[in-house]
Amino acid sequence: MIQIRDVVKRYGHLQVLNGVNLEVADGQVVVISGPSGAGKSTLLRTINGLEPIHGGSIVVNGTNVHARGTNLNKLRQEIGFVFQHFNLYPHLTALQNVTIAPIQVKKIPRAQAEAKAKELLTALGLKDKMHNYPAQLSGGQQQRVAIARALAMDPKVMLFDEPTSALDPEMIKEVLDAMKALAGKGMTMVVVSHEMGFAREVADKVAFMESGKVLEEAPPEEFFNNPQNPRVKEFLSKILR
Amino acid sequence: MIAGYTMDWRVITEYLPVLLYGVVLTLRLSVMAIIVAIVVGVFAGLCRISRNPIISFLATAYVEFLRGIPLLVFLMFIYFGVGSFVNLDVQVASVFGLGVFAGAFVAEIVRAGIESIPKGQMEAARSSGMSYLQAMRFIILPQALRRILPPLAGQFIALIKDSSLVSVISGKDLTLQARNVIIATFRSFEVWLFTAALYFIMTFALSQLSHALERKFKIEH
Repeated sequence: MIQIRDVVKRYGHLQVLNGVNLEVADGQVVVISGPSGAGKSTLLRTINGLEPIHGGSIVVNGTNVHARGTNLNKLRQEIGFVFQHFNLYPHLTALQNVTIAPIQVKKIPRAQAEAKAKELLTALGLKDKMHNYPAQLSGGQQQRVAIARALAMDPKVMLFDEPTSALDPEMIKEVLDAMKALAGKGMTMVVVSHEMGFAREVADKVAFMESGKVLEEAPPEEFFNNPQNPRVKEFLSKILR
Repeated sequence: MIAGYTMDWRVITEYLPVLLYGVVLTLRLSVMAIIVAIVVGVFAGLCRISRNPIISFLATAYVEFLRGIPLLVFLMFIYFGVGSFVNLDVQVASVFGLGVFAGAFVAEIVRAGIESIPKGQMEAARSSGMSYLQAMRFIILPQALRRILPPLAGQFIALIKDSSLVSVISGKDLTLQARNVIIATFRSFEVWLFTAALYFIMTFALSQLSHALERKFKIEH
């Protein structure tokens, strides 16, 4: 469960988050959309404490992320993060990318961590690629390794920061399919994305952000068929052709 | 011959043990100085990227100051200058002087190597629950090391060559041995040429070693 309350964030004089409110219940999939510069990625990065905030609060599974004394290293083990540009470790194989955090952070025995990583990679269709280095994989394969890497920590929440926007069109589907499968298993997910088909099909709630604020949030059918905010109507008319 | 100098290479065979002992002295001195340079340099390099302004200022001051003065002056200052207050063994002064001097260059190499790793690597590591130190140890430094290796080897080759300067403060090394042989024999041409060859063998070996390591650690991007 994620509760975002009145979150304010500045870069110098630039106000990027302007009082954001959003709730994500357990097992919910929330897709955040909106024009670039709206603060979507920044918001996502404040949820696991990658970015500090200047006001408001974010509570993940009962832990106040930005409170003094919060053990972020511990909290982040419960929050998987998937990046736009994958950020795989280039000096490690796919398998090692997936096992390094379980082994070093959670102190899980290597054999056990590898067994689990192989299971995850196989489920994501990467059985033959386990011993390849990231540079030997396509973008879609790299992003699936990144999803496996996040899942290996047994997170309670998964955050996706534009997971398909750096991919070639024909690779987008394989990543979205992996995310759909995850949503089907009841994972709590927050996805920053412009994949409206994915939002329509998988999301429990779609949020529209602009100028550091959530302008509208609604279940997908309502969001797409009957948006209330004129800016949302305009935005949808431009991206839904 | 011009100036009436006739070459006589028997000096080399006769004094070979003395000169080879000089190689041992120079290697020992260089290895110890390299260890000091790595310890001081990695520490100062990490301090330079510290978010604490005082720590990074002190590290920057060390790097800028030592890179801006001649090694010979620094060695003189350590051995004769600092040596006026505390009793300094010439070998200790040599190792310390060379190591701390090269450390300033190592610090810059380490800093540049770490900063060349994309930010997303640290973010991915921290997002998976690693502490800053774990992220450095398992993700950043292994990648940075591969980029650091070639310039570091160049720095250590320079250190082997620069170590000849310690002979000026009477530090025992190959150059001092060569000078002693010449004082005894007056065979300047033969001894200096042979000494140059000995230095070249040492630096060339190190350069080959670095190429081999580079190939071994290479990662595709």
